[in-house]
Amino acid sequence: MVINLRKLPDKKYIMPGNAACPGCPETMGLRYVKMALGDNVVLVIPAGCSSVIQGISPYSGINAPILNIVFAAAASAATGMKAAFEAMGKDDVHVVVWAGDGGTGDIGFQALSGAAERDEDIIYICVDNEAYMNTGIQRSSLTPYGAWTTTTWKGKKEHKKNIPMILISHGVKYVATASVGYPTDFIEKLQRASKIKGFRYIHLLAPCPVGWRFDPALTAKVAQLAVETGLFPLYEYINGEFKLSPIAKRYKDPSKRKPIIEYLKLQGRYRHLLDKPEEIKKIEEYIENTWKLIETLEESFAPGKDRGKKIFDAL
Amino acid sequence: MGKGPILQAPETFFIAPLSRPAPGSVGKTGSWRTSKPVVYEDKCTGCMLCWLYCPENTILKTSNGKVAIDYDYCKGCGVCAAVCPFEAIDMVSEV
Amino acid sequence: MPLMSLTGNYAVAHAVRLARVKVISAYPITPQTTIVEKLSAMVENGELDAKMVRVESEHSALATVFGAASAGARAFTATSSHGLLYMHEVVWWAAGSRIPLVMAVVTRAIGPPWNIHVDHQDIFDQRDTGWIIGIAQENQEVLDMTLQAFKLSEDPRVYLPVMVGLDGFILSHTRAPVDVPEQELVDEWLPPRRQPYVISPESNYVMGNIAPDEVHFLMRYSMHEAMEAAKTVIKEIDKEYGEVFGRSYGGLIECHNCDDADYIIVITGSWSGDAKVASDMLRENGYKVGVARIRYIRPWPKEELEELGSRAKGIIVFDRAISMGGYGPLYSDVAGTLYSNGGKTSLVGVIAGLAGVDVGAETFKETITSIIHKIEENGFFFEPQLWLLPKDYSSREKMMEVAKRWL
Repeated sequence: MVINLRKLPDKKYIMPGNAACPGCPETMGLRYVKMALGDNVVLVIPAGCSSVIQGISPYSGINAPILNIVFAAAASAATGMKAAFEAMGKDDVHVVVWAGDGGTGDIGFQALSGAAERDEDIIYICVDNEAYMNTGIQRSSLTPYGAWTTTTWKGKKEHKKNIPMILISHGVKYVATASVGYPTDFIEKLQRASKIKGFRYIHLLAPCPVGWRFDPALTAKVAQLAVETGLFPLYEYINGEFKLSPIAKRYKDPSKRKPIIEYLKLQGRYRHLLDKPEEIKKIEEYIENTWKLIETLEESFAPGKDRGKKIFDAL
Repeated sequence: MGKGPILQAPETFFIAPLSRPAPGSVGKTGSWRTSKPVVYEDKCTGCMLCWLYCPENTILKTSNGKVAIDYDYCKGCGVCAAVCPFEAIDMVSEV
Repeated sequence: MPLMSLTGNYAVAHAVRLARVKVISAYPITPQTTIVEKLSAMVENGELDAKMVRVESEHSALATVFGAASAGARAFTATSSHGLLYMHEVVWWAAGSRIPLVMAVVTRAIGPPWNIHVDHQDIFDQRDTGWIIGIAQENQEVLDMTLQAFKLSEDPRVYLPVMVGLDGFILSHTRAPVDVPEQELVDEWLPPRRQPYVISPESNYVMGNIAPDEVHFLMRYSMHEAMEAAKTVIKEIDKEYGEVFGRSYGGLIECHNCDDADYIIVITGSWSGDAKVASDMLRENGYKVGVARIRYIRPWPKEELEELGSRAKGIIVFDRAISMGGYGPLYSDVAGTLYSNGGKTSLVGVIAGLAGVDVGAETFKETITSIIHKIEENGFFFEPQLWLLPKDYSSREKMMEVAKRWL
């Protein structure tokens, strides 16, 4: 699938004059969601930046019907909405959760896990900016190792929780990772996901200039570097088949990856460890381990071999 | 179909926490800018990468296949200039 | 109309079936569980055409039915005690949205220690959320109140969610004869779902983003006005329900022996039945005692109580909940209401029956008799907190002995 930029809809899916910070990755991502899925969409948004980005009532800066909902309940509210649309014969409405990393991996995790286990027919997008940005940059379970936040002044001591892998373990039909640095890849994934019935999960990396401490002009660039350094592999898992996304394939080869320092040095949140080689080594090891896991998944869930399906059938 | 509810207006004083999409939900955010993107039409090839990446939706497609900026709302983040492969957008200080 | 032998929980389930609810979601908790069990069976055997979402928590249960209701479906959930507390923030969120919704609350004590028996601490904890809150006395009323809750919640003068309280075990697990209305009659009486708006691709509405503080303030005021309007709607529905189904309960309060009463017992829930028996016994002893059973704690039956207070010598309030360091919640509201009377009426707040401790008609009779004696001896008696401690545990010595053993 090749996307022609000129053919993407030029509607104001994000209304200018909203409350997002300059260079916000979330408004970028929301535009792509609507470009991919069109107007037959309702969004469910738990507490987070995207609840504020909408701006002040009676206006909203996100051009979509939205049910804002309490922090821990996004996947559940979406479940109910989908059930209602089905009861009313409106099966074609896409109910999309748009939740941050805290709303996904921490406080909203229980509801997410429940909805995934029940295979609810919703699309769940985690827009991952790797901390509680809306409350002022506090660590979440998805904050990466070493990152400064206002609750980890000397850097976080634990690695990032791997939510997409946890979702794969739920046996859902569709799990993908994406980055706002690669919009057409994200749009393609959304379009593929939209054709599948059941629970679909997309983990969207969303570098936050305010929380990661970089120049807002570099949002797309940082989002690309996360992929180019091998830190954030892009992949898709569909019905028991795992494959690296075309953009990410080359980074399987460590020599093709850009040095992680190029990614770290752009971000103030890593400033304190730039002169600590042992800390940088830990991040490099994390990348190696990530790719070992990817290789295992590629092997276990190789397309066409039906092995992934068998693995889950056997469980 | 036809199983949806009847939408009936409230019959008491009623204000619900409702909004509708509209530009300027926090005003004319062009005033947030400290520098503004300037498009050099001669260098612009109309590739639309800036339009694609603009977080604000303030890159406007023009009739000649190129782009213009909606300065009323552009927050001046500079993403457009950073992603332009042809250096067709410059960020010019406004302060 | 078939007379069935139903527990309170099954009475709830039949009302939900008769209301043709489209989306149900709930999580097991004693003593609510048999509601969700019965509804699951009804959905699975085709008696009820609804989607049953078996969620992983009460927080999700209410969020799920709220999502469904905001998209346009008649929806229902039920819970108890800790489940209700766990969903508390969603309770607020649902009411603030003004989307009609119905929930049954099987009242139960709150821990620690673990305790599955009845008191009203859980439902009174929801008092300020903007939900209409009804509390039934017996199983027939449970069915009727639940069915009426849908019509009430979906009335354009109201558009607030409705909670129906029924006492754990005393009602929820005790069978009683219940007249279950015919479906056709319910279909004629209960209009199709109405609501002020839906969240859908067609409506393009956004619910809940930030509003100016002043407008948020007005939203609270608008909910208050809807509560006031609900008083009229509750009475209307009670009356027309009586005409169609043969049962009316008196609106916001049900009065027993009130007409010429010198003393009024204010009470809510299943133990009101024992209070009524006590009132009958007291009348045999020459005391003119009536019972004003509060059917709806929200909206608060201010006008009715003002009227009763203006002609009674004394009001005795029985609370099955306590705001520790403050008052019983019913007492607080009654006291606030009676102030309009210039404080002339004797007023006593009794805190009793917490944590499922039984209070029978005899105990009501004894307690009320001693209070009446105090009023008549002094001409006036005011006691906001009369703790009716469990029998055999009420002396200081006994309490100290227990305290030593439990340390």
